[in-house]
Amino acid sequence: MTGTVVRAGSAAALAGGAVLLVRAARARAARGPVTGGWTGSGWLAVTVLREPAEIDTGRLPAPLAELGDRVEVRVRPAAGGKGSELAARLRDRPSPGSAPSRLVGRDPEADLRSALRRAKQVIEVGEVLAVDPAPHGRRTATPWGALLEAWTRAAPAGGVR
Amino acid sequence: MKAVTWRGVNEIGVEDVPEPTILNDHDLILEVGLSATCGSDLHLLGGYIPAMRAGDVLGHEFMGTVVEVGRAVTKHRVGDRVVVVSFTSCGQCWYCRQGLWSLCDNGNPNPGITEALWGPSIGGCYGYSHAMGGWAGSHARYIRVPYADQGAFAIPDGVSDERALFASDAAPTGWTGAHQAGVQPGDVVAVWGSGGVGQMAARAAMLMGAERVVVIDRYDNRLDQARTYVGAETLDYEQTDVTAALREMTGGRGPDVCIEAVGMEAHSPGPQYAYDQLKQQLRLQTDRPTAVRDAIYACRKGGTVFTLGVFAGVVDTFPLGAVMNKALTLRGAQQHGHRYIPEILERMSRDEVVTEHLATHVMSLDDGPKGYRMFKEKEDGCVRAVFRPGG
Repeated sequence: MTGTVVRAGSAAALAGGAVLLVRAARARAARGPVTGGWTGSGWLAVTVLREPAEIDTGRLPAPLAELGDRVEVRVRPAAGGKGSELAARLRDRPSPGSAPSRLVGRDPEADLRSALRRAKQVIEVGEVLAVDPAPHGRRTATPWGALLEAWTRAAPAGGVR
Repeated sequence: MKAVTWRGVNEIGVEDVPEPTILNDHDLILEVGLSATCGSDLHLLGGYIPAMRAGDVLGHEFMGTVVEVGRAVTKHRVGDRVVVVSFTSCGQCWYCRQGLWSLCDNGNPNPGITEALWGPSIGGCYGYSHAMGGWAGSHARYIRVPYADQGAFAIPDGVSDERALFASDAAPTGWTGAHQAGVQPGDVVAVWGSGGVGQMAARAAMLMGAERVVVIDRYDNRLDQARTYVGAETLDYEQTDVTAALREMTGGRGPDVCIEAVGMEAHSPGPQYAYDQLKQQLRLQTDRPTAVRDAIYACRKGGTVFTLGVFAGVVDTFPLGAVMNKALTLRGAQQHGHRYIPEILERMSRDEVVTEHLATHVMSLDDGPKGYRMFKEKEDGCVRAVFRPGG
């Protein structure tokens, strides 16, 4: 059963989402080229609320361990008692992807970014949070819905850095 | 099971959806007793937060009975009556340990979306789009609750379902606003918006020692609730020059703390409303910050303005000059309810916080479209439509 509240303006409202994202991209573009001339050290990092001594780089959580020799890992104390900075980088040091490719998880470091986030969860919580399968009703096929579904699939691996 | 779903912009459905299952050891499954509509749902309904997919289950303010627990759940057992905070937060990361629960590092399984919008990601929220985690909402017979030991709270025996329901979101959001805004004994506090969150922010400010609390809205029934159940003074912004009235009420200073509890679809009687609506419809701004501007203008020098209403993206014509020259503190937050709910439930049990009057229209899930229509259009004095999935 479906009830319509107010249908008018729905197309314009949906377009708003795209505009919001375009504006965010423009704001980033205003700060310089996609990488801003920055090539980076290759390290991706998450801050974990654990003392450095509690993180054994010889026995990494599964999400990072699964990357094996493809990555190197380091642990440093985080400033201000925030725990430890758990960092990892790919040994072959690919160029960082563009800002848009990173945001949608389509850059060479996407898998590593996702693995770091999951490793942080394993260390802090003990398990990786799952959301799917989440109950939902009928999915209507729309262009925006397809775009959102694709972005949602990539979102665990997407990020600013 | 039956559920109220988002079908498209301004389109609500009632559908059969699969029942949730335990996916993590820290999960519990709740049989939903009551589930409330929230003003922030209207932003989803109107398409202002364009991260909903047809079929998504709505609802983030709820209470009910535990029917299944995961292996790692220690605080709750089958049969417990609990209220659940609307944010999914792990309780183990630095932000949670600082009491900034809505900023949880781990509670949003889709962090890439909100990183793109805001820089860092924040925690997740039930029934509040794929940007906020893609969690199924509570307008359904059952809901999965992750991080159950952190997010579910036992309801004291003397507190009714109808009262406890609003300890899920409206009350802790109000508490977040008043506390994070730094309300001090003796303060004069003005609150824009007399919906559930605004009323609870006013009540929180009062209990934190504010000497005078003024709630601003245009709906008589909501202002009457603020006077009757909260004990606040009220101003009707369609009948009163609010800035002038607040100046007069504060000896020419302006309020010490101004809490905005309206959000991105604000209304005002002046020409700025037409301006903001036009710019929002043309997508030249995503949010209408009308009440925020008013709060900044009215606030005393050196005071605090707190944005408690939900905003998603960018706004236009923001009075940064007033913020800077008046030395204002500008803050905002989603709710850090985990830290406030135990106190709220205790105060509810002592009748110091009453909320059941907010549930003006209680109905079944079958009435989902009607409930959202009444809530959106404020039909029949609707303050909150509340669904009772058990019928």
